[in-house]
Amino acid sequence: MLPVVFVGVTLAIVLLMQLLSPYQRAAAYVQSEQQIRNIDAIIKEFGLEDPWYQQYSRWVGQVFKGNLGYSRTSREPVLTTLKKRFPVTLELALLAIAPVLGVGISMGTAAALNRDKAVDQITRVVSIVGWSLPTFVLGIWLLVIFYGWLGWFQPGRVSTATAVSLAGTSSGFASYTGMLLIDSILNWRWNVFWDALRHMVLPVVTLAVVLSAQIMRVMRSSLLDALGRDYVRTARAKGLPERVVTHKHARRNALIPVITLSGFVLIGLINGVVITETIFNYPGLGQWAASAAVNLDYASVLGFAIFTAMMVVLANLLVDVLYGVVDPRIRYE
Amino acid sequence: MTEAPATPAALEAPDHQLDTPARKGKAWKRFRRNPLAIVGLVMLVAFVLLGAFAPVITELPRSCLRDLGLTAATQHDYRNPVKPAFWRAILVPPKSCFTIARVGFSSQPGSAASTGTVLGTTSGGYDIFYGLAWGTRTAFKVGLIVVGLAFLVGVFVGSLSGYVGGVLDNAVMRFTDIVISLPSLVVALVVVMVLGKSIENIMLAIAVTAWPSYARLMRGEVLRIKEEEYVAGARAIGRRPLGIIARHVLPNAIGPIVIVASLDIGSVVLTAAALSFLGLGAEIGYADWGQMISFARDWILGLPGQPFHFWYVSFWPGLIILLFVLAWNLLGDAFRDVLDPRTE
Repeated sequence: MLPVVFVGVTLAIVLLMQLLSPYQRAAAYVQSEQQIRNIDAIIKEFGLEDPWYQQYSRWVGQVFKGNLGYSRTSREPVLTTLKKRFPVTLELALLAIAPVLGVGISMGTAAALNRDKAVDQITRVVSIVGWSLPTFVLGIWLLVIFYGWLGWFQPGRVSTATAVSLAGTSSGFASYTGMLLIDSILNWRWNVFWDALRHMVLPVVTLAVVLSAQIMRVMRSSLLDALGRDYVRTARAKGLPERVVTHKHARRNALIPVITLSGFVLIGLINGVVITETIFNYPGLGQWAASAAVNLDYASVLGFAIFTAMMVVLANLLVDVLYGVVDPRIRYE
Repeated sequence: MTEAPATPAALEAPDHQLDTPARKGKAWKRFRRNPLAIVGLVMLVAFVLLGAFAPVITELPRSCLRDLGLTAATQHDYRNPVKPAFWRAILVPPKSCFTIARVGFSSQPGSAASTGTVLGTTSGGYDIFYGLAWGTRTAFKVGLIVVGLAFLVGVFVGSLSGYVGGVLDNAVMRFTDIVISLPSLVVALVVVMVLGKSIENIMLAIAVTAWPSYARLMRGEVLRIKEEEYVAGARAIGRRPLGIIARHVLPNAIGPIVIVASLDIGSVVLTAAALSFLGLGAEIGYADWGQMISFARDWILGLPGQPFHFWYVSFWPGLIILLFVLAWNLLGDAFRDVLDPRTE
């Protein structure tokens, strides 16, 4: 699957890019500010006026060598930015996934087990409103209330004081993973940990609300479906305690559609970070891609697109493995 | 990947439906008894009215009046149902009417009271109420056209792929695998960046990522229905494949797809608004909800010490987008409950 998606995505990008002039496309090959000045030489050097299939094979060759072009937005090679910013976004995404799955699955279960009772009705309304909330609207409203009004949480990744204390090699703060929460623990700097965590609260909540609403809905309907099956009736008939029936027999089967959905949770997270990071000025991949798109910085946006496509494919592989764990009937030959 | 992943909406769609008259009557009864469904329906009707009567309830700017053929003496004709200008404004408004009316050009927003507008003005002097009312038309246009396009392409490709099978089916399904595994916003970002900012390019960009889920759903339905006896019967009396798809397969497969479509309209409008919010939306000044929020970006935090000073610039556009998506989702949710035999 990975090679297929890679070829599909890169081919689509190259064909789409043929709609642009060679001058605009040359930017994807430029590695520094100086090179931009002799763009004609670059067009010739990289053969940007050649037929598309020649350009495609050459470009893919470059991509394999790790050359994704020069990002005007971050003023460095695209690959460098991807490496630098990916941990920042990954940290947000990992923090968001736990509440999404936890809240989604537990509330969906509660709703299905108490069908048509108050819990179910409330969950239903909450999930449908949460699902309809646009990420950018929720983000803006949270920013106004919790930053503008209450002043509890600030936008950005760390406060200015912390940023100053981390800058330079003399600060003694070593970067191991690029993820501040983990790095600050490894450096034993708890003030940095708390500061970073505080800045993550609003983006994580914004990301989590919409996605957990989706999980909740699917969990509810899939558990209801499982509860109506024969094996649940059999389990009850043979006198198993109700908790064992619902949690071991029904819920485990009901989790399969939820796992399928978790592939979409990742896609939702990627869509979400582009907007969330922009609103909260959080220096991750999403913010970079959004500002690159507005600046018509082709190299950066294409690099981001290829990168996300690969991430989604890898995540889907993971989901396939998870199927096997949850449901032994699904195993690979 | 082994099994074809479906979209979140498709995951919840019912497997099949029975179309007897008795069931239909029962379905309507169940729909009526669902309070959330009624709320969704009422909200949607309100949006249709708001969009339809946008010309009548807003103060049209001069360029729009001119294009409607109205002069200073006749400028209120568009509010009079016996004059042709009224019907022109509602049915075929000139493009200039979609440009948001402005009260001055100040970058600072103005409250309703100080500018004499219904909801105040946002950055650039744009009238918020005007942008939202006319933006309703944009939202319906974007939602219906994108979903309509995705629906037609998806149903066509899906039924062909399912009915013909073999290599074609395999190729189509692998292709949809690729498209579905791409985040819609990222694809839209690339497409709009390359093709340029406009409402048409946004629609195209979203439709590109929307059609595969219809194709997959349709293919599944076709594969199931293909084996039914009445299809075998139709084949036996010598009907051609296209005729069989159109007369026997489509009507039986369409139910779950319509549910997905109704749930999709809301999310399509959301993606379009998100693109506008990021600054990759319609032309500046075009009545579009996402753009109204984009205008508000510099002012959402109000003035120092007064965080809610310009509350109206982000509150009203945000609320209207939320309500619009909510209305479609409530309706789609109710359709699913009604048509899904499992939940009886």
